[in-house]
Amino acid sequence: MGKVLMKGNEAIGEAAIRAGCLNYFAYPITPQSEVAEYLSKRLPEVGGVFLQGESEVAVSYMIFGASACGARVFTTSSSPGISLMSEGISYITAAQCPAVFINIMRGGPGLGGILPSQADYFQSVKGGGHGDYRLLVMAPASVQEAVEMTMTAFPLAEKYRNPVMILGDGLIGQMMEPVEFPDHLKSEPSNKDGWATNGMDTRRSSTRNLVRTLYLVPEELNAHNLKLKAKYDRMIREEIRWETYNLDGDYRMLIVSYGTMSRVCRTVIDNFKAKGIEIGMVRPKTLFPFPKQAIYDAAAKASCRAAISVEMSMGQMVEDVELSVKGLKPVHWYGKCGGDVPTPEEVMEEVSKLMAS
Amino acid sequence: MGKAFHRPEALADVVTHYCPGCTHGVAHRLVAEVIDELGIRGRTVGIAPVGCAVLCYNYFTFDFQEAAHGRAPAMATGIKRVRPDLVVFTYQGDGDLASIGMSEIIHSANRGEKFTTIFINNAVYGMTGGQMAPTTMPDQRTTTSPFGRKVLETGMPVKMAELLSALETPAYIVREALTKPKYINRAKKAIHKAFSYQLNKTCFSLVELISTCPTNWGMTPGDALKWAEEKMIPYYPLGEYKTPEAGRLNPAAGRKHAE
Repeated sequence: MGKVLMKGNEAIGEAAIRAGCLNYFAYPITPQSEVAEYLSKRLPEVGGVFLQGESEVAVSYMIFGASACGARVFTTSSSPGISLMSEGISYITAAQCPAVFINIMRGGPGLGGILPSQADYFQSVKGGGHGDYRLLVMAPASVQEAVEMTMTAFPLAEKYRNPVMILGDGLIGQMMEPVEFPDHLKSEPSNKDGWATNGMDTRRSSTRNLVRTLYLVPEELNAHNLKLKAKYDRMIREEIRWETYNLDGDYRMLIVSYGTMSRVCRTVIDNFKAKGIEIGMVRPKTLFPFPKQAIYDAAAKASCRAAISVEMSMGQMVEDVELSVKGLKPVHWYGKCGGDVPTPEEVMEEVSKLMAS
Repeated sequence: MGKAFHRPEALADVVTHYCPGCTHGVAHRLVAEVIDELGIRGRTVGIAPVGCAVLCYNYFTFDFQEAAHGRAPAMATGIKRVRPDLVVFTYQGDGDLASIGMSEIIHSANRGEKFTTIFINNAVYGMTGGQMAPTTMPDQRTTTSPFGRKVLETGMPVKMAELLSALETPAYIVREALTKPKYINRAKKAIHKAFSYQLNKTCFSLVELISTCPTNWGMTPGDALKWAEEKMIPYYPLGEYKTPEAGRLNPAAGRKHAE
């Protein structure tokens, strides 16, 4: 199949179907309602399940129930909706059920706004819900990448029996770009007979399966958490993804940026290059696990005087950049969080100020 | 002569954690008997609530999921939508269903989800230690209404069977009690009917069961049964509130079951 021009939200819905996921539960919220609108028409065509739940709280448990009985399932929402789903996400991680959650971020806190934002970095990467858990978080920078990350999210969720989150800013959902759906990213759902409550007859078993999250005995709960931690440690070993830009030359500053913001930063780097100034960039494609070593290595280069985290938030990822750089070089932050994406000129002004200081 | 009274295959041969005089054990047995009679153990998935029955999966011998507080109907919805061939029931108490899970149960019922809810109404939070529930009776003392439930401040007890039967979507809604054999036999029939409606893909079904909590009521098991019959049943009339065939019924007016 060739390229088609699609809006990000619709492309994400189509990508899930092409990946082999035909079950979708959701609650409408701007700026991602087009996913539900698209799938309410498209899923019946392919024999799938579409249901609009009564709230994001309920939707997160529809996802839990469906996943726990062995189905491949996903939902999409935006920031305030993800807050409501965070209770369910905590339970789903504890119960070790695979699922895909897509957050097309809008400005916060509270109702915030409906324009693009990256202010849910902490929520996605550091928790959101209660307890010790992690999500595998991927951040697309284009509609094509949103498609590919959505398609790879399902087998990854099944590999780890853990939810995967696609964290896109509002622009990823709202803009139209040419996309194609790579056939090789389609996957068969894994066999879940070992744990899923899919009915004893389904798996021809005389013993029952139990999906639970309650461990009243301290030793058991600690052992359970160690088991979960081992999975998160494995993600750190096997799933870190990132991209670099202009790291070959003797760059004076290192930009760390993700999602739509990183595309603005590419223009910033190109503009500086035209003036004879080299700036490098590391773009994390996974936010958890975070490309700490890549950022450390890039910051360690002798020519690099400082690093700057450029993000559409009031400074969230910058904390992970600081942890990555380990005090080797100064780490700065620049960002806006009202819904308007910083322009290349605004970022250049900030970077120029830092280079002059 | 052979053995006439057997433990249902769907019921595990273990000692439960329930207090003496608690009626959860009776409700468990009725559900297990119905599952055996319908021969559906191999395709049934139960959903445990948060409350005393959170561990109820230890007493059944088929697949089970454990929900968050109040969310069992949403989980049941998720299962039934992707696996309509499975038989799904939620087992919920009154704090779980009538307080924190009010939204999930109403919308599941209104969508006509084809699962069954067993609703244990004992007018109090059990597991958390006897706090006031939406179903707590006027002037009933609990650990959070130490001077008795003041209806001017906290409203009247919520009647879930009546409330759910007010929805326009066809459903099977019934209230029975676990206080004496006559009622228990009727409760068994109601549970059987509820699962049958599900098996026929007819409608959502909910069986409310007036139950006792001697521990948190501060009564002997015998006094608790008496209190449930004298205080609760007059306020929570027993009978069918709605059937898919007859629509809404009014047990309080004397017509207790659909003709």
